[in-house]
Amino acid sequence: MSDVISSAAPPRPAMTDKLKFYGMWVATALLLLLLPKVFSSGGSLTTFSLIGISIIFALSYNILLGQTGMLSFGHAVYYGLGGFLAIHAINIIGAHKWPIPLPVVPLIGGLTGLAFAALLGWVSTQRSGTAFAMISLGVAELVASSALILRTFFGGEAGVSANRTKVLRLFDWSFGPQIQIYYLIAAWTLICMIAMYALTRTPLGRMCNAVRDNPERVQFVGYDPHVIRYIAFCFSGFFAGIAGALAAINFEIANSAYLGAVQSGTVLFSTYIGGIGFFIGPAVGAIFVTVLSLGLSDLTSVWQLYFGLFFIAVVMFAPGGITGLLMKHRPLVLAGTLGKVLPSYLIAFVPTLAMITGLMLAIETVVHYTVSPEDSPNIKAFGISFNAASPITWGIAAVLIVGGFVIARKTWAKVAEAWDGALSAAREKGFAA
Amino acid sequence: MLELIVISTLNGILFGMLLFLMASGLTVIFSMLGVLNFAHASFYMLGAFFGFQISRWFGFWPALVVAPLLAGLLGAAVERYGLRQVHKSGHVAELLFTFGLAFAIEEIVQIIWGKSPVDFRVPEALDFPAFTVFSTNYPAYKIFMLAASIAIFLGLLIALKKTRIGLIVQAALTHPHMVGHLGHNVGRVFMMVFGVGTALAAVAGVIAGPALVTQSNMAALLGPILFVVVVVGGLGSLPGAFIASLLIGLIQTFAVSMNGSLAEMFGPLSPDYATTWLADIWNVTVAQIAPIMPYVLLVLILAFRPMGLMGTRDT
Repeated sequence: MSDVISSAAPPRPAMTDKLKFYGMWVATALLLLLLPKVFSSGGSLTTFSLIGISIIFALSYNILLGQTGMLSFGHAVYYGLGGFLAIHAINIIGAHKWPIPLPVVPLIGGLTGLAFAALLGWVSTQRSGTAFAMISLGVAELVASSALILRTFFGGEAGVSANRTKVLRLFDWSFGPQIQIYYLIAAWTLICMIAMYALTRTPLGRMCNAVRDNPERVQFVGYDPHVIRYIAFCFSGFFAGIAGALAAINFEIANSAYLGAVQSGTVLFSTYIGGIGFFIGPAVGAIFVTVLSLGLSDLTSVWQLYFGLFFIAVVMFAPGGITGLLMKHRPLVLAGTLGKVLPSYLIAFVPTLAMITGLMLAIETVVHYTVSPEDSPNIKAFGISFNAASPITWGIAAVLIVGGFVIARKTWAKVAEAWDGALSAAREKGFAA
Repeated sequence: MLELIVISTLNGILFGMLLFLMASGLTVIFSMLGVLNFAHASFYMLGAFFGFQISRWFGFWPALVVAPLLAGLLGAAVERYGLRQVHKSGHVAELLFTFGLAFAIEEIVQIIWGKSPVDFRVPEALDFPAFTVFSTNYPAYKIFMLAASIAIFLGLLIALKKTRIGLIVQAALTHPHMVGHLGHNVGRVFMMVFGVGTALAAVAGVIAGPALVTQSNMAALLGPILFVVVVVGGLGSLPGAFIASLLIGLIQTFAVSMNGSLAEMFGPLSPDYATTWLADIWNVTVAQIAPIMPYVLLVLILAFRPMGLMGTRDT
């Protein structure tokens, strides 16, 4: 019996673990502080601001999906409402000259998200799984359509705008220039990341995981899964509201697109692509998706299709997302058997890349014929020029797709073999379960 | 007033039957595979666009047959090579797979047919008014739509209740493992059901295409309503889906044709309130809130009867 009790309480962390833990956050803070010194151009500052916002949003989404096992299709509702309230708050504070500085405004957005999550959450969280997903979708459509009807508050299609420099100034910070907005967003990103990480370490966070894995057993232990899901939903709404308010401050406008299905879909994409199994996953996904969507839209006109196909590929072949994929290699690295897998990766990489190139060639050719058939057939996509009208291009595309597919299948089978060998070697050394 | 009621009832039943053509496939797929096919409305859209393209080349009647076949084959392929792969990662992954698929299909349709509506016309053989109710000419094409969807509904009913395949499908709905033990190829049954379900959605697309607008956002517009139908009717219940389809079809059609608002009933707001956000609620007409009616119904149903109208099980 005493065994059980002693193993139930986790051992006190050693000094080095503590140092590592706090060192990580200090390093993150330093990184956020120094980033604009390294990349000081206006474009990169805007990108960093967007990334910060989507990190908070994606992490808040993962409280639902990754930690409590609730797949929501309407998380943008709390993001958007937080944004709208923040915009109205800035306008009201500016008009009445209330002594409230701008850095506090995201808190208003967060409280809005919390209030609406508390209001709508009780009905939605009664069930999890598919039913919850459908309810969240219905609620999202309800709110998004209502936003177009309540024109005075939501401003119709044009949205509501505000001037962020008109509120009380602290220390002479006007929050006009992007660099000041960057630091505001960076500070809130750090605070929210720490808060959400702390949340996963609380008993509530652990109960959320339990509800995700086995709700029936949670009931036997004496908790109500509905209440736990509800509390997690409220926290998630709170942080989403903060992200929405920061977005509203960043753009100085809030419109109905903030609430819409596209926004909900984007956060789902970034969270899942990053990986829902690890705390850091959604943040990685947020960075990846933001950079990808900004970068790809310059390269090709149909970047959303590539994005969708990429998402399908992640769901099919790497359900753990990017971080899940990387963390799978951890035991191999620890055991020193990674070298056995890497050569097979390199071999498999070539035909896979050939297949992807062929697909891209085919897609870009089709796009040329359907979207802009009058233009010159010499098109340039991803920095490569080719002639979409010549049968040679079509032939190359077909050969690359078919040949790449056939060879890739064989080489990935080899990867699986090498992987099995490396993993069992790691297992023998005691690094993997 | 009577005229309005007759016409709206006809249109409502028509819309409801179209919804049921899609919801039936969605419900059967959900009961069997346990996955709510997010891309179901995308197959409806594919049906409409395939129908448009084929009717341009060969005429409407071949399109009515070929387009659903094509979409059904695509659906079966999606089940065989996509969903079955993802199945081992759990229901969330399956739902996300269909979500990504819906996203990709919309993009592909946009690339091939553009973002603006295509010119999908009613076939000439059916382009005449069938009868006149009071002063409104009711188009023959709508009667054809109604007849076609009722015929398919009856065919489906007979196939499910009277044939051997229907028996296996019904058994696989509740006891897939038992059906497998009895020696039936459950995997193939699943693939077939998925294919037939998506083909039904495509039929709805082909016959609805000329009457409604054939555009690349039609899946995104209809998809959420379809889920409302399935949830309101009770997840996995075919009779429930039927009732919910008709209910939502009628509610939406009636709401669209009504013009009343609170301001009309109680008079305009006093000038003190006329500029506040209360004015929005006061002046909005029933027709304007028609799009949100299904979702209001959804929230009400979930608050008072969480398993849906005819649902028996929790998911």
